[in-house]
Amino acid sequence: MNILAPTGARRGGTLRDARINMSHGSGGRAMRALIEDVFVAAFDNPLLGALEDQAQIPMAELTRLGDRLAFTTDTYVVDPLFFPGGDIGTLAVAGTVNDLAMSGARPLFLSCSMVLEEGLEVDLLRRVVASMKRIADAVGVAIVTGDTKVVERGAADKLFVNTAGIGVVPHGVTIAASQARPGDVVIVNGVLGDHGTAILIARNQLALEADVSSDCQPLDGLVAAMLAASPAIHCLRDATRGGIATVLNEFAHSSNVGIRIREDALPLREEVKGACEILGLDPLYLANEGKLVAVVAAADADRVLAAMRAHPAGAVAVAIGEVTERPAGMVVLHTVFGGERIVDMLTGEQLPRIC
Amino acid sequence: MKYVDEFRDPVKAQTLLAEIRLLSARITRTRTRPLQVMEVCGGHTHSIFRYGIQQMLPDEVEFVHGPGCPVCVLPMGRVDDCVALAERAEVIFTTFGDAVRVPGSRKSLLKAKADGADVRIVYSPLDALAIARKNPEREVIFFGLGFETTMPSTAMTVIQARRQDVTNFSLFCNHITIIPTIKAILDSPDLHLDGFLGPGHVSMVIGTTIYDFVARHYRKPITIAGFEPLDVLHALWMVLRQIDEGRCEVENQYGRIVPRHGNPSALAAIQEVYELREFFEWRGLGSIDHSGVRLRESYAAFDAERKFAVPNIRIADPKACQCGEVLKGVIKPYQCKVFGTACTPEVPLGSLMVSSEGACAAYYNYGRLDSPEPAVAAGAPA
Repeated sequence: MNILAPTGARRGGTLRDARINMSHGSGGRAMRALIEDVFVAAFDNPLLGALEDQAQIPMAELTRLGDRLAFTTDTYVVDPLFFPGGDIGTLAVAGTVNDLAMSGARPLFLSCSMVLEEGLEVDLLRRVVASMKRIADAVGVAIVTGDTKVVERGAADKLFVNTAGIGVVPHGVTIAASQARPGDVVIVNGVLGDHGTAILIARNQLALEADVSSDCQPLDGLVAAMLAASPAIHCLRDATRGGIATVLNEFAHSSNVGIRIREDALPLREEVKGACEILGLDPLYLANEGKLVAVVAAADADRVLAAMRAHPAGAVAVAIGEVTERPAGMVVLHTVFGGERIVDMLTGEQLPRIC
Repeated sequence: MKYVDEFRDPVKAQTLLAEIRLLSARITRTRTRPLQVMEVCGGHTHSIFRYGIQQMLPDEVEFVHGPGCPVCVLPMGRVDDCVALAERAEVIFTTFGDAVRVPGSRKSLLKAKADGADVRIVYSPLDALAIARKNPEREVIFFGLGFETTMPSTAMTVIQARRQDVTNFSLFCNHITIIPTIKAILDSPDLHLDGFLGPGHVSMVIGTTIYDFVARHYRKPITIAGFEPLDVLHALWMVLRQIDEGRCEVENQYGRIVPRHGNPSALAAIQEVYELREFFEWRGLGSIDHSGVRLRESYAAFDAERKFAVPNIRIADPKACQCGEVLKGVIKPYQCKVFGTACTPEVPLGSLMVSSEGACAAYYNYGRLDSPEPAVAAGAPA
């Protein structure tokens, strides 16, 4: 059986309500209609369609692809639910796919659990589910199990989504934050801070207008292209909350090395730079949802960069700095002005509920 | 970015740095201690650290980071007052974001929020007024904070509240004024400053002539400075040139923004709404006469202090904190007994560790590269 193939089968339940009410979480007919009409119909695959309490995944298929499972989970609470460049559904699939892909794994299966606030419009839910399906299809992952809960009005903000994901790490691929070595090159796959800026503007509290969309995108294809170009990819992490500053600090700390980056090499849109200037934000800490930071052996950096640039998710990939012996455990920025400063972990939060 | 990049040009910076090196070498040839120039404003402190300006300067020139960060000089008792107001059931307490993490003696506003108080972060006092209109059954208090830079916007908000008869809006006024503060610093006996970078945004409101006393009475050069890194270097060069030539004058490097006589309509709004308090308590600096303002009698209905029983708590600064000495430039942040140990940005004891404009937080976040803090210096490049 091809576990990813749509069944095309439609089951009985049809959801006629315009809004979610408490009965949609009660375990009865209304809940059945919600699950079948909204989730099963959209995600459409035999593992989910079996409607068991669990998806049963054949292991033979998995062992053919590699020798380790990658397993991750993430919860999405972004406000607003819809923003330029994506919505909570695209985030919930791309985000978890990216967490898997950063190990070099091929993402295969996702779960989808939702907490719905009483009163939520069903059409809005359908739009979110359609977004999840669209990204899942683009990646080639199946959403094979799930859960819904309904809470009273005010007990949650419209819609929270949790996705867990399983992928398989191919033989011989070992990527870890502890593997950065002096001399390695630090690479990012494109412009930074778009997601954080887009969310900030979409909240519309600042009377700021700028044409910035979230960069929300799955990165599994890009990572596969990078691994094909070189096995010497030492560290890989997607720079979501906390921005690239956080990822670089994690690398520096885990590997006990220094990381030096050049401010004039950082790829930033003029609109993002402008928003940061006005609001006093630092783009190094702004969230991304389709950006990775890679640490690669110097000898392979050009090859990896070329492979990245040949992929749509890495078209403007660029080297932003290098790994040094000192100062161990720290990230140093060479400013455009010619000075140097530490780039530390974020204290507090720049912006709440961005993903 | 257009209109910004030109103020960050590294080539122009090198030209200025060469001039600064020449001047400072000449000035310090006949003296033993380094040149100390205080940047009064927290915005300058932030720029100096953000762009790594201090390390670009010759050893004999030091910036002393002044008290011009309103969050940093807020005494603990005032934070306690905020928390007491915020914890009232009928109150929606609105504030700028950087104030919520400032520690009070019991808790910060952030903690009060987690404990159930309705604390909301706004980006403008007008947002607070809008919240008041939307919630007529609640009392909305705005935490007014800052020097003359933010005074006009809260003044305009109070004027608007009265005009629109929004009776459930009030201001908890903690605005402070810059001139008495500079005077207090100049009068302090343990000070060896050679000159000042004057605040940019404050001066946009109050003008430059008001600083004449610094030059005339205290015989210190002062240059009003912009916030881009080239502005800071340029203004420093202007101060050094005054010292070199034996002049003490008020100069304006930030002429593109700061008019000689300030902004008349902003000053009129300030005049209309506020009057000087007899004294105001500053963190680290103690009580400074006439350094704070409150709402005039005619706006009493919009004054949170008159409307509610504000406990007016007075709490001594934590004993271990040396915020005052740091504020006056007597010691460097890393020389404080608790810097980086008991006092960090995660768990700040003093508010200088809270705001990104606070000298201690700036040192901690950006500056440890060149501080002789042992744990770091071992790995730091020369």
